Amino acid sequence: MSTRLSKGGRLIDRAQAVEFTFNGKRMQGFAGDTLAASLLANDQMLMGRSFKYHRARGAVASGAEEPNALVNLGRGAFLEPNQRATTTETFDGLEAQSQNHWPSLEMDIGVVNNALARFLPGGFYYKTFIHPRAAWKHVFEPIIRKAAGLGPAPKEMDGDRYEQAYAFCDVLVAGGGIAGLQAALAAASGGARVMVLEQTPFWGGRAPVDGDVIDGMAADLWVKTTVQALEAMPNVTLRTRCMVAGVYDHGYVLAEDRVADHTPGDGRPKKRLWRIRAKRIVAATGALERPLSFAGNDVPGVMLASAVRDYVVNWGVSPGDRTVIVTNNDDAYRTAIALKQVGLSVPCIVDARVVANGPLPTQARALGIRVETGKGIAKVKGTKRVTGVTLCMQAGEGAGLEDIACDAVAMSGGWSPVVHLWSHCGGKLTWDKSHAMFRPDATRPPISHDGLAMVYPAGAANGALKAAEALVDAALAGASAAGANPITAAQAEGREEAPLEPVWIMPQGASYKLRAKMWLDYQNDVKVSDVQLAAREGYESVEHTKRYTTLGMATDQGKLSNINGLAVLAGALNTDIPNVGTTTFRPPYTPVTLGALAGEARGEIFQPLRRSPIHAWNEQANAYFEPVGLWRRPYCFPRGGENHAQAIEREILNTRNGVGMLDASTLGKLIVKGPDAGRFLDMMYTNVMSSLGIGKCRYGLMCNENGFLSDDGVVVRLAEDTWLCHTTTGGADRIHAHMEDWLQCEWWDWQVYVANVTEEYAQIAVAGPKARALLEKLGGMDVSAEALPFMSFAEGTLGGLPVRAYRISFSGELSYELAVPASFGLELWEKLMAAGADLGVMPYGTEAMHIMRAEKGFIMIGDETDGTVIPQDLNLGWAISKKKADYLGKRGQERSYLASPDRWTLAGFETLDGSVIPDGSYIIAAGVNANGQGNTQGRVTSTYYSPTLKKGIAMGLIKGGMARAGEVVEFTKLGASPVKARIVDPVFYDKEGAKQNG
Amino acid sequence: MANPVAPWGNAQFDGFAKVTEIGPLGMISLRAKRDVVGLKKAFTALGLTLPDPRRIVIAGDKAAGWMSPDEYLLILPYGAVNDALASLATSLAGKHHLAANVSDARAVFRIEGDKADQVLKKIAPADIDGLAEGELRRSRAAQVAAAFWKDGQGYTLVCFRSVAGYMMGLLSHSAQSGSELF
Repeated sequence: MSTRLSKGGRLIDRAQAVEFTFNGKRMQGFAGDTLAASLLANDQMLMGRSFKYHRARGAVASGAEEPNALVNLGRGAFLEPNQRATTTETFDGLEAQSQNHWPSLEMDIGVVNNALARFLPGGFYYKTFIHPRAAWKHVFEPIIRKAAGLGPAPKEMDGDRYEQAYAFCDVLVAGGGIAGLQAALAAASGGARVMVLEQTPFWGGRAPVDGDVIDGMAADLWVKTTVQALEAMPNVTLRTRCMVAGVYDHGYVLAEDRVADHTPGDGRPKKRLWRIRAKRIVAATGALERPLSFAGNDVPGVMLASAVRDYVVNWGVSPGDRTVIVTNNDDAYRTAIALKQVGLSVPCIVDARVVANGPLPTQARALGIRVETGKGIAKVKGTKRVTGVTLCMQAGEGAGLEDIACDAVAMSGGWSPVVHLWSHCGGKLTWDKSHAMFRPDATRPPISHDGLAMVYPAGAANGALKAAEALVDAALAGASAAGANPITAAQAEGREEAPLEPVWIMPQGASYKLRAKMWLDYQNDVKVSDVQLAAREGYESVEHTKRYTTLGMATDQGKLSNINGLAVLAGALNTDIPNVGTTTFRPPYTPVTLGALAGEARGEIFQPLRRSPIHAWNEQANAYFEPVGLWRRPYCFPRGGENHAQAIEREILNTRNGVGMLDASTLGKLIVKGPDAGRFLDMMYTNVMSSLGIGKCRYGLMCNENGFLSDDGVVVRLAEDTWLCHTTTGGADRIHAHMEDWLQCEWWDWQVYVANVTEEYAQIAVAGPKARALLEKLGGMDVSAEALPFMSFAEGTLGGLPVRAYRISFSGELSYELAVPASFGLELWEKLMAAGADLGVMPYGTEAMHIMRAEKGFIMIGDETDGTVIPQDLNLGWAISKKKADYLGKRGQERSYLASPDRWTLAGFETLDGSVIPDGSYIIAAGVNANGQGNTQGRVTSTYYSPTLKKGIAMGLIKGGMARAGEVVEFTKLGASPVKARIVDPVFYDKEGAKQNG
Repeated sequence: MANPVAPWGNAQFDGFAKVTEIGPLGMISLRAKRDVVGLKKAFTALGLTLPDPRRIVIAGDKAAGWMSPDEYLLILPYGAVNDALASLATSLAGKHHLAANVSDARAVFRIEGDKADQVLKKIAPADIDGLAEGELRRSRAAQVAAAFWKDGQGYTLVCFRSVAGYMMGLLSHSAQSGSELF
């Protein structure tokens, strides 16, 4: 059994016990524990089930690389699936649930897959479920998804909060082991701004566990001293619990800060995403130990040798009383020695090498540990837990030599540098044959904007696995990254280690039966036999093999399986490992929670909501809002029990017969000023704006260079050299940018300035036969027809507020638009509402506005236009100057296709039965096209029920246009017979235009 | 005429830093090339100093900020804008320029306290530590445009009026006690 030792544990505080639950069972741990350490201390070796076969799984590692020990943390609004127990800190009240099991962790029905394993080889899903095609989506996938899957997705809104933060530095050091700290010292010594980020809560990495001695001090002390020295430097920032997730172009780095993961409920943000601009990055990310591939290497109790050492030294936890060590290198002997030193039994060290006589093996033997060289493990006994191992000759086929009873197996297949950050931006790797590992190729680094190396690998991440060489390497990397003078590296005393012997399959001649039990990818259940099968089936590329077998595609992204898998693939393909290469390392290094990526953007501040100065009034008046860009505009204002249609009908009739008010503040307002402003506007608009009289308004159209209608609005001339251009709500920023683009890039020598004053003014449309009466009640300026004729404006005051009143009309009624400084917008609105009470004034929304303009046959950008429509299509030829030499879009419109008489052009439509033509309808033409589809001759662009006319009205584009007035055509209607409609004048209401004059 | 209304009602939030919506302030957007004759004098006539690129010169309740090679932001008391516009029109008569009142198009916030910088560090992709005294930074705050500068024991931030509520929410979220960066 696994248990807590009576002494030891450098990271735990035995005075501070914490209580937690696992699958509802109450357990106890200590402050400083990881959840995995706590579980092992409570003899909870079984922590989860694998993805495909639901095999029993325990922790195999002690850190970020853990593929097995995934748990759900918390519940309800605080549920987090797929959290690694090896990186989760144990805190008082922690609730953990194991995953991927049913009905219970101990008794899992899905384990039946295990018995069927031989029927579920690599590529099984692709082969079995490919036919019939439709069955995948509707039958196979839902069932497989139900049976598989890891943690459940949380169903409630996340109860935690998150944020992001930006940081800048000269050198970012990823990793706070001895290499990272040494690199930081070197980088900071010259004054560079340095950030050091360490993913765990502790500084020092593996060195203290491995018993390194640095500058004559125990590693722990050297780490403490060095961290203190760095903390004292004003140019250095140090953070623990902060994982560098990814390195991107130009030194952009993302890091996940686990601010309050371990202190839930203390009011701090749970996580924070750091967005860092670093000039250079030092990747001091260490190395990961590789498993060995022997039969049963996935049984709970089989762990990495380094992890066993970590549990003993860091947390005072014994994975078992008797631990067999299996290795191909000297380093694993440290585990045997560590176990022995705390009084645990090491029945045997199984070393695949024929000779093992270095200092570490010698010390192990001196401690009385039995060492068997040239041997391997034929298989592990036990299912939910290791009960023993069978030894065999490594060179043989797996015939059993001897059974050894044990509770745990500590394995080591050598070490792989963590090259992820080096590789994210294209750093290349080289195969180091003597250590059997890929390490960064210093001649092919990822490069930054200046063509120089962006990432500097340091220490074990650079293949310098021993402390002495790691410190020298890191000091150099830190100084190089900072462009600083080199400093003398700290000195570590090291023991000689004999070279490892690459072992990719144990024993090397293992039978199929054994190979089918050798796990490469623990989480996704990919075995040696699966990769070999893929090779036989013709998969030569490691990228294809990965996807075919799912090797390395689990949440751990192949941290343990990658190198072993490609070595097996190389073996199966009879080629060298470097020829096979690695799969691509992509960010994030370990999973980043979506909450951190979303940051503060949720709830009220999910997105900027643009509010007009009258927004709050609209809200109180029960407005039903519609999104228009980031604005929310009132669609209608339902009263009493009205539905939207009833509210809209009331708003329209009240405006047509009395007076209505619209919040038009969102309209774009651009001031254009300068000696060349008139000439400029003549280019921007299709008609002539330079001739507009001061004090007058003119409707204008803007096209893009291709001739297509882009925006429209009323232009007013404020002064000799100053115009104010109104744009659509959505066009405000776009047209401003369009104008600046032409002024800055094409006509840079024209003297024109543009200012976007959209938000400076609230704008209120007052429309209806009683509009003038309402304004006169407020008083302050002459708004009579004589003083303020149609299409003119005047400045003055109304109700004591400064306004510019435009006599323009989008409804066809007598209408004023009042522009007032935004700070007084609400005040003017309320004054008008109060003054108009006895005139029956009511607000109207955007839908009433849309319908009223359609009743008048006015086009709407976005309804009648869609980017393929030119003004001529909309019978707007009157707004296109024939005299001007040029305007934007002129030549586009002269192209044969746009000038064709066959284009669909605007007409009005009246259904014969008074019904409303459905939105999006096409006008049916005779015959079918080459695809057998019915031909069309036009489409509807605006269609409404007109409360004024009490019938359906529509505008649309039809081949032949108004020349076909009087004809009856058919509009499509989904699921029903076509709708018959007559082509009519699109001006349905007040054709002579008398109403707008009041 | 009643008093002008600040876009977000002069809201306040107290966290590890104090966030206050101030204003409305008088603001003029002035477009003019730097070499326009009389520009310096036009500033002087208003009691302002022509700022160097990326700088803002503050003098009491007035300030002048450099926004781009041909754009300046003039800040003055709300009620002084019309006179200032008239003064500019006189000073720059016949010179190509554009002066527009943008007092009501903006929302202005103060972020104060020892750790006020940390609030900005959460929302603006700008090197706040490297922000010099008198430096005006045009940047963004999360999803919207913003400009800010250091002034006394805190920062002044300007954004568009329509997103004042978003900005207040953003600043309050970022200033919550317990979420200090350092």
